[in-house]
Amino acid sequence: MSTNTEARGGQVPSLSSLVALPFRFLMGVLNAPMSFVQRRFGIGGMGAVFLAPNMLIFSIFVLIPVAINLAYSLTGGTAIFFEGRYFVGLDQYRTLLTCDDYTTPSTCLQDAFWQSVHNTALFVVLQVTVLVLVSLGTALVLNREMRARGFWRGVFFFPVLLSPVVVGLIWKWILQRDGLLNAILLEFGFERTLWLAERNWAMFWAIFVSVWAHLGFYALILLAGLQAIPRDLYEAAMMDGTGRMRTFWRITLPLLWPNLLVVVILALIKAVQIFDEAFVLTGGGPGTSTMFITQYIYETGFAHVLRNLGLASAASILMGAVLVALTALQLLASNRRARKEAA
Amino acid sequence: MSHLVLRQVAKEFGSVRVLHGIDLEVTDGEFVVFVGPSGCGKSTLLRTIAGLERASSGEIRLDDRLVNDVSAADRGLAMVFQSYALYPHMSVRQNLAFGLENSRMPRDEIDRRVMEAARMLLIEPLLNRKPRQLSGGQRQRVAIGRAIVRRPGIFLLDEPLSNLDAELRVVMRAELAALHKRLNATMIYVTHDQTEAMTLADRIVVLRDGRIEQVGTPLDLYNNPANRFVAGFIGSPRMNFIEAEAVPVADGIGVQVNGKQQRLPHRGLAPGSKIVIGVRPHSATVTSLDDGMIPLELTLVEQLGAETILHGRTDRGDIFTVSAPGQGRYAIGERIGVVLPSEALHVFDAEGMALPRG
Amino acid sequence: MSALSAFLLRRRGGAGWHWTDVLAYVWLGIGLVLMFGPVLWLVVSSFKTPANLAEFPPTFRPLDAQVARVQGYDQPLPLFRVRLDDGSEKVLAQVRRVGIMAQMVDPQNPGTVIRVPIDRRVPVREIKLATENYAEPLQQFDFLRYFQNSVFVTVMATLITLVVNSMAAFALSKYEFKGRTAVLGIILATLMVPLSVIVVPLYLVVNSLNLFDTLWGVILPTVATPTGVFLLRQYMLTIPDELIDAARMDKASEWQIYWRIVLPLAAPALAVLAIFSVMWRWNDFLWPLIVLSRKEHYTLQVGLNAFSGELNVQWHYVLAMTVLSIVPVALIFLFLQRYITAGIANTGLK
Repeated sequence: MSTNTEARGGQVPSLSSLVALPFRFLMGVLNAPMSFVQRRFGIGGMGAVFLAPNMLIFSIFVLIPVAINLAYSLTGGTAIFFEGRYFVGLDQYRTLLTCDDYTTPSTCLQDAFWQSVHNTALFVVLQVTVLVLVSLGTALVLNREMRARGFWRGVFFFPVLLSPVVVGLIWKWILQRDGLLNAILLEFGFERTLWLAERNWAMFWAIFVSVWAHLGFYALILLAGLQAIPRDLYEAAMMDGTGRMRTFWRITLPLLWPNLLVVVILALIKAVQIFDEAFVLTGGGPGTSTMFITQYIYETGFAHVLRNLGLASAASILMGAVLVALTALQLLASNRRARKEAA
Repeated sequence: MSHLVLRQVAKEFGSVRVLHGIDLEVTDGEFVVFVGPSGCGKSTLLRTIAGLERASSGEIRLDDRLVNDVSAADRGLAMVFQSYALYPHMSVRQNLAFGLENSRMPRDEIDRRVMEAARMLLIEPLLNRKPRQLSGGQRQRVAIGRAIVRRPGIFLLDEPLSNLDAELRVVMRAELAALHKRLNATMIYVTHDQTEAMTLADRIVVLRDGRIEQVGTPLDLYNNPANRFVAGFIGSPRMNFIEAEAVPVADGIGVQVNGKQQRLPHRGLAPGSKIVIGVRPHSATVTSLDDGMIPLELTLVEQLGAETILHGRTDRGDIFTVSAPGQGRYAIGERIGVVLPSEALHVFDAEGMALPRG
Repeated sequence: MSALSAFLLRRRGGAGWHWTDVLAYVWLGIGLVLMFGPVLWLVVSSFKTPANLAEFPPTFRPLDAQVARVQGYDQPLPLFRVRLDDGSEKVLAQVRRVGIMAQMVDPQNPGTVIRVPIDRRVPVREIKLATENYAEPLQQFDFLRYFQNSVFVTVMATLITLVVNSMAAFALSKYEFKGRTAVLGIILATLMVPLSVIVVPLYLVVNSLNLFDTLWGVILPTVATPTGVFLLRQYMLTIPDELIDAARMDKASEWQIYWRIVLPLAAPALAVLAIFSVMWRWNDFLWPLIVLSRKEHYTLQVGLNAFSGELNVQWHYVLAMTVLSIVPVALIFLFLQRYITAGIANTGLK
């Protein structure tokens, strides 16, 4: 890809010089102490020295939390720190998982949790399906020869950069009772609908809005995959008189398959964690009909007056387990892709 | 100018030993070339001298100072890398000045040295360009210039010409030789190309599998190779080898090939021992099938104009190359005879060591 | 005309139209409306006065009623275009409305009051950009503070991310040392551990470091991002080792090699990471929402959410502040789109 090679040529003059200024100062100041460190540890020891700051921060804010999360989920009480908490064994998990009928959240001890699990499952299945299909369609359209391709790519891509809060607010404004959508529908003789106050519509819009916000990202990955398919293959197919649909099914799709797999898994991982846009758009409502697992964790552990950090921790571990499985799937897929590429 | 002494220098990567006790002395102003096939340890030896690798054992002395624990920066050496290793984000001028700036040299002295080197290497007009705007030959000059401005004790050159095309390589070779004379500097040069070694070196160090096979002047190595490996490595086209058995002949000990006997004037020959006879393509002469000692069936004829290189197969199936002066008419499949003049024969024992002439 | 349509519909190689061509243009058309429309609507709405916003159906342009000062009246009076009984039209100022009748005066002749049925009058309106939507929340509410907080968090986090991650990437790509493989393994393993999985213990850690309700509590937890280390390391692996050897021969210290050789050469990768870091921090929501409790510490996103969640949503302020919060992102997008898209295509990170 041409953009790739250009970016690698080190030609980012305006940006690099901008970033470089404070950097230069900082680096120059650190010159003397680092020379001292080098005399102390030798060239071979500098590897560990360079790694140290990152590892320190990483350990404190990622490794330790990961390690203590499991222990935390085995404790109860209202205190934040371990001293004020007591060991409850698997009680938190028992509370979360006690259910007469797993298909009916209202029969569960933590009905909100199960409602959020159901909602998330429904969301994941529908959103990922729609998202991947729409992204694929967009990538195929953007891969065509046309004028102003950069502009069109931008049209589909820019929402990716918007914050989830902004995305939520934009659509909340359009979907409100006196909003643009209702005005347009009334103009065409339809009825006014309270889009975010009806269970099914709220879920529909949560899915719609998250697809709207993220399709550009996945379309871009697929577009890169499409552009990596050698042109001669299409020219050969044309010489053979292969039809367009047949070319798509027999050449494009099989060669795009590895990218498609990555996109599906990435989208799955993101969808399981859905929170921000939906939270701003619907606040989980009406009722708990668009409450997802992350929101449940947030509400239980932080927003609720009777905060229950132990329960939130247990719920986060259950979600983590799902994500680990999906990540393993992704590594497997990308490994297979790497091996295929090497072959 | 520096004086370098290596004593029993060894280098291991994990459990793999790549240098086995290297002993070597390089004197002031000498041009020494390390040559050997790839993987022989010549680059590792150079990098160990430079201080980029630590010797596992042994002593490295620069001007009688033990430098094993001195970092590359403080050994006062300069290196020209195979890929040139020019800093891509710096102009030619900055590339030349970078090392001097690091040793906190005054600005005007840096400028003076950069200009001097640029004049010497004819790269003055290029000083404000970036490396990617230069041709291969120009990059090569800048890389050398970066070493020159440092006024190093020893120049270390790691296959510096291998990235140039054949024509440019010959030109740069001559320039390097001239530069060596002009600077009167000590240079250690690594290459796998024996022609480069022959044309440039005051002394050649032939390496194989982490050991020194022979050290000597180019002609010394050409005329008196210490073993079969050096004999085969130095000289182009390669020396021919014929396996034979020492037998008593009319006036001493010799060999019998194709029913014809030839006396060998070498010492240490015992009748009945297995030996290998070596003869350079330019030492053997072509004659008719009947007069020749060895019959040859031609498989390839290379017409070079001034000479003709004939490749053929002996009756035993050995490959043999011989050079005929001028432009002879030879056909593939034709059988010719080859005469081996006894004064030009090299004899190696079963271990491959050369036997001295009597 | 036919020449024009022939030009417009002309296909490469003279081939005819295939139904997928039509579909592609339909897709682009719908995409343009659906993707741009909402943002356009947001921007237009943000310039409307509260009265204009409350109208239904909404007007497309931001309109505001015209008023005039009329002699004898303290308050400015709204202007209406009125069709009089004799069929002529006149611009009158309304004094008051009584039932279906309005009492109006002619601004040029304020002495006589004219009574007009309200369905005979149309307000006189002009396009007016309600810039006070932008000015007021910055002055009266904490939005300026939110802005400053967001800028502080974004800049500091990005700087630390770049320095700390590039140092680690340098160590992991150009040095051999014990435990390197283990560190790489850990980094790979945590590439996909999202913050939402460790919020509870992270909350505990941040609390025990006394970082709760501080901006540093927002900044620090995510600066040592494995994604950044991974991205930079992959790039630095492509920098030839000979360059580093050359710098060592040139008497450069390891620190100098890092910042004078490796960093400039890794500039493209650093730029990608910088852009992403800015986006991540600027748009960050869940973690600031948990860590920040006092209003004066809110970042823009948390502030916007809180403001829009109030009982009486002041949409005119919310919309204007939303637009304002997009500005930095929009600038980045306009100038650096190429790098962002290339970065995503190459790395698959967001």
